[in-house]
Amino acid sequence: MAESSVLRWRGFSRRIEQQAGRRLAIALLFSAVVVLLNLCLGKVAVSPWNVMRILFGEGSASLSFIVEQLRLPRLLLGALIGGALAVSGLILQAVVRNPLASPDLLGLTSGASAAAVLYLSSFATLWGMGGLSMAAMLGAGAAALAVYGLAWKQGTSPLRLVLIGVGVSAMLAAATTFMLVFSPLSTTLSAYVWLTGSVYGAGWPAVRALATLLACLVPVLMLLSRHVVVQQLDEGLARGVGVRVQWLRAALLAVSVALAGAAIAWGGAMAFVGLIAPHIARQLIPVGFAAQAWMAALVGANLVMLADLAGRTLFLPLDLPAGIFVAVFGTPYFLYLLIRQRQ
Amino acid sequence: MTSIESHNLTLAYQRQTIIESLDLQVPRGKVSVLIGSNGCGKSTLLKSFARLLKPQAGTVILNGADIQRKPTAAVARELAILPQMPVPPEGISVRQLVALGRYPYQSWMQQWSADDETAVARALNRTSLDDLADRPVDALSGGQRQRAWIAMTLAQETELVLLDEPTTFLDLAHQIEVLDLLRELNREEGKTIIMVLHDLNLACRYADHMIAVHQRTAYAQGTPADILTEALVKTVFDLDCRIIPDPFFHTPLCIPFGRDIPR
Repeated sequence: MAESSVLRWRGFSRRIEQQAGRRLAIALLFSAVVVLLNLCLGKVAVSPWNVMRILFGEGSASLSFIVEQLRLPRLLLGALIGGALAVSGLILQAVVRNPLASPDLLGLTSGASAAAVLYLSSFATLWGMGGLSMAAMLGAGAAALAVYGLAWKQGTSPLRLVLIGVGVSAMLAAATTFMLVFSPLSTTLSAYVWLTGSVYGAGWPAVRALATLLACLVPVLMLLSRHVVVQQLDEGLARGVGVRVQWLRAALLAVSVALAGAAIAWGGAMAFVGLIAPHIARQLIPVGFAAQAWMAALVGANLVMLADLAGRTLFLPLDLPAGIFVAVFGTPYFLYLLIRQRQ
Repeated sequence: MTSIESHNLTLAYQRQTIIESLDLQVPRGKVSVLIGSNGCGKSTLLKSFARLLKPQAGTVILNGADIQRKPTAAVARELAILPQMPVPPEGISVRQLVALGRYPYQSWMQQWSADDETAVARALNRTSLDDLADRPVDALSGGQRQRAWIAMTLAQETELVLLDEPTTFLDLAHQIEVLDLLRELNREEGKTIIMVLHDLNLACRYADHMIAVHQRTAYAQGTPADILTEALVKTVFDLDCRIIPDPFFHTPLCIPFGRDIPR
């Protein structure tokens, strides 16, 4: 049933589950199809053949502008955001040992939202829209620090983190609503687009910035990943086999916060990706954190890419925020999870 | 010869002192059982032996060195602890659970060495779990699950194994099965076993060395036959009883009285 191959060379050894490898390969193929669809479809349809030619530096100038300057950066940004949110959620769910945890739970999303709305209503006219990402990231980090600090009592426990996270989130959500009510209509509108989550008008600079950030986090996560399953044992057992639980938990939370914070900063509050993608990943790959993380990244990326594709094409000429369709795809699945959880 | 000992050990939660100035030596290569009433501090003492609880004063000495000064991974290669009623990670198979016991031997480079593989195979075999190795732990019965946890501690390849009430919530047949397994591991593999047990009669049957924890200290210790008296049970558990020799195993057998006092 669970066939695995063993890789051993001098001081290096790994066990690789074959099923996980096969499924990752299939997910990668699926992603390639989604990418191609995204590049082809839109207000102007481009044939797959032309897309390939454009990617290899040929094809007409107008089409290659659409594909390379409009669709490709938007697609990549969406994929990076989805992947980061998904992996962030996977880490959180493992650390707090609660399958219903998500970046929302530790106040990340609500912290970023509150900071973003504050920025839009008070500072955007002064400093322009460029600072929005930074503000959102700071908000996410501050909220996570607040939750972690308040939950600290000679170490943290998952339960305290969750309870305090819910409380802080509720408070921040109230603050966000309060600010929205008292700001001018134009601010409220742009705030709502941000709160729904959108990759509209994404350009290469945003892709480069987010990709650089994520490229720093991935190696850290690869170093930590072997500790994740052990950390899921009872605290006593985990420490008994030699895990420094508190230290590890803090490091994992930090990576999770950084991933989600970065994603939210550039994509807005795309709820659900961080909650749902990890579940799909765990269903496809039951055990093994490293493989699950890669799968979650692919699932999250595809979820956002498909949502954005739907938002761009289903209601032409309207271009709806991807966050709406993440919710449209996500809500039924979430309900299904809840119902299954009860049984 | 001792495997673990405490010097002047004081354990406390916040202000409440649980164990006070305890000097205790647990013999190597034996099955030692901690007994005592609920909340007397036997589990707390076990935790401090596994370095899960920092003493307020005094030291725990593991194989000749202060346990607080040893690196975490080094302690994990010398002793294994099985807490009460642990919850397995979701969806994990028996083999994967047992493999977690190899954690203290692994590094980023070395995540599945030949030693890991043989240790896991041996642990599965020792606990008769070969046929169940690929089953999810959630799907096992209580007794099988407890064997899987014990297999995980075996994969840790430590000389010393600590267990906190390993028989809780098991039916009598499975309690005996687990205790038989632990004694077998002691006799055949030379493991030193220290465990907390609630059932006095089973404790007497399986203990080579018995420690009664009472009044924040080791109130009495020795072989069950030496220490388990009616007076001790009265003091430690506040229970009237009669102690008779077990007709088959010749260890002390405690008949509790309760309200009905026979003539």
